[in-house]
Amino acid sequence: MKRAVERHLNILEFTLASLLRRKVKNLSLLTMYLLVIFMLASLVFFVTALKREAAMILNDAPDMVVQRLVAGRQDLVPAEYAAEITRIRGVTAVRPRLWGYYYDALNGANYTVMASDDPNTTSDKAAIGAGVAKVRNLAVGDLLPLISYDKAPLMLEIGTIFPSASDLIAADMIVISPRDFHQLFNFPSGQATDLAVSVRNAKELPTVAAKIAVQFPDSRPILKSEILRTYQSVFDWRGGMALLILASSLLSFIIFAWDKATGLSAEERKEIGILKSIGWETSDVLLLKFWEGIVISLTAFLLGVVLAYGHVFFLSAPLFAQVLKGWSVIYPNFKLVPVVNAYQLAVLFFLTVVPYTTATIIPCWRAATIDPDAAMRY
Amino acid sequence: MILQPAALALQLIALLVSLMGIFAGYYGIKILGHWDPASGSEGQLELERRTYLVSTIMSYILSFELMSLFLFIYTADDLHSLFTGAMCAAGTLAVNSFGYPTLILKILNFLLAGVWLIVNHADNRGYDYPLIRVKYRLLNLVVPLLLLESGLLFAYFAGLKPDIITSCCGSLFSHESGSFSGDLASLPHLAMQIAFFSGMAITLASGLFFYLRGRTGYLFSIAVTVTFLIAIASILSFISLYFYELPTHHCPFCLLQKEYGYIGYLLYATLFGGAVTGIGVGVLMPFRKVGSLSSIVPAIQRRLTLVAFVCYLMFTLVTIWKMIFSGLKLVP
Repeated sequence: MKRAVERHLNILEFTLASLLRRKVKNLSLLTMYLLVIFMLASLVFFVTALKREAAMILNDAPDMVVQRLVAGRQDLVPAEYAAEITRIRGVTAVRPRLWGYYYDALNGANYTVMASDDPNTTSDKAAIGAGVAKVRNLAVGDLLPLISYDKAPLMLEIGTIFPSASDLIAADMIVISPRDFHQLFNFPSGQATDLAVSVRNAKELPTVAAKIAVQFPDSRPILKSEILRTYQSVFDWRGGMALLILASSLLSFIIFAWDKATGLSAEERKEIGILKSIGWETSDVLLLKFWEGIVISLTAFLLGVVLAYGHVFFLSAPLFAQVLKGWSVIYPNFKLVPVVNAYQLAVLFFLTVVPYTTATIIPCWRAATIDPDAAMRY
Repeated sequence: MILQPAALALQLIALLVSLMGIFAGYYGIKILGHWDPASGSEGQLELERRTYLVSTIMSYILSFELMSLFLFIYTADDLHSLFTGAMCAAGTLAVNSFGYPTLILKILNFLLAGVWLIVNHADNRGYDYPLIRVKYRLLNLVVPLLLLESGLLFAYFAGLKPDIITSCCGSLFSHESGSFSGDLASLPHLAMQIAFFSGMAITLASGLFFYLRGRTGYLFSIAVTVTFLIAIASILSFISLYFYELPTHHCPFCLLQKEYGYIGYLLYATLFGGAVTGIGVGVLMPFRKVGSLSSIVPAIQRRLTLVAFVCYLMFTLVTIWKMIFSGLKLVP
């Protein structure tokens, strides 16, 4: 046992020395390797962090939202629906929600306008998100003029600005009283944009949703779990797409690695020849090549992952953000919460180290089986 | 079709393993056809060199298979949120009919690749390649299975369609599509406990006997194989219950989760490790008397037996430990 370990250690030591002897060649390989791992790792970290962010936002979302469809388009829900749904067994509360979008011609941004549930909200006051405050240059106490749908101006006094910690949810939000909401959008009374339904037992959600769908054939109940699932698969899909695009770079790297491993320099050839003539066996040389691969792979992997960590979590992934986040005039500013786990690292390992290793098997074997005399004569 | 990075990684591995398998199999057939150790021809020398390549490839395939086995289970677990009603890997694997066959074939291929490497190891120790024909016949059995596994894996991922919101109906959709519950059929726990402990006792006793006396190797190897199957059934039937402390949760995959201290990795590593080495002992049995191997094989077998013994013993001890200290008592 001890002998076997010593054999590995000795060969590892020899490997390190021989890698250092060919600095330039190995550094160029290492750099390419590192870049590929860096790109893939950034992507995987970024997608995972976004998925987590989406899941966290939805934590506070209602368990079920009921919309109404007219000719396949979303329409307003009459108040009677809410009363009927409350009567379904298992439903604890139905909350009609009033919300919509307001297009601001001044800067081309869309605000999300919501009517507050709080009965104490006074008219002519608004709470706005940090994003709105920034594009309209507003502070607490200022007036925010909006144009209502019958072209009358509506002056709102800024009561609060949401802290930027809640940016991801509230950056483009304007919360006003229901009365102002009706006035702003000329919204018909006795109607709601949609209904937020709470059910006491989460396991009953699908049953309640099915009952609603049967009772109101024009309704469209959507569960939180479905929204979550859709987000997850959208992010997975985007990540996978980006990965497929990066696959070309991975492939070119593999070809590069294959080429590097095949093109043994005269010096290396001689080295293997001498090793074999002084008694190294083919399996020893294979072991040497194995350790060489491990050293290069692990160095590149660790460095690449660390760099990707910095890129995504300290610099907010400037290289991918545009592709994966989407865009908007008021885009929330947010720092991603670092999530790195063994699973991601394993996936990265499989996507990079395994193809590299596979590509080098045959060249390594070729190098290890050269005859000593042929190698030295070369 | 799912474009999740881990699913792509698994498919990439499957592709690489298949390519390597075809390559190794091709040279395996060539070696089987033209092998002649008495000859000193150029062709024979080339074939001898090729054996190094094939065994290197096989050892890589083995390690990739082992790693991808766990990655596969973990990915299946990770994807469960995409399917209505799936609570963990058990549900995701049941989404289409390729999930479980892929998993079973992955385990089988891991065992076969392990046995192949054991035979290869013994063969390399003999100066005249005594096991070369056995080895490459076994290889020709493994390669088609590897290809089949990759095919099933591709079919599995191609058939995964996440239940996402559709514009027409939202939740109705999830109601109609039915759910993939993670319920697995499980055998009665009392009978399984008796089978498990007697199987382990026979295996450990015959292992000890073989280690000390060098006889009844076949019995040991058969006991290892049978006990391996019993142990898998026992995990489903009662071992998992003690870990979850829940008499209804029979899932063999949740054991790998953080909530249970990743104990599953220890359990499965010892179980698979013991099975590979124990089966290896039996496979080497016919070659104890073969010329150059007569002094080598018994030593290898003794070492393999020791590994299998320790692995199975650990598996049993962990199980007993949990049965005693678990909050759940199945037998009053």
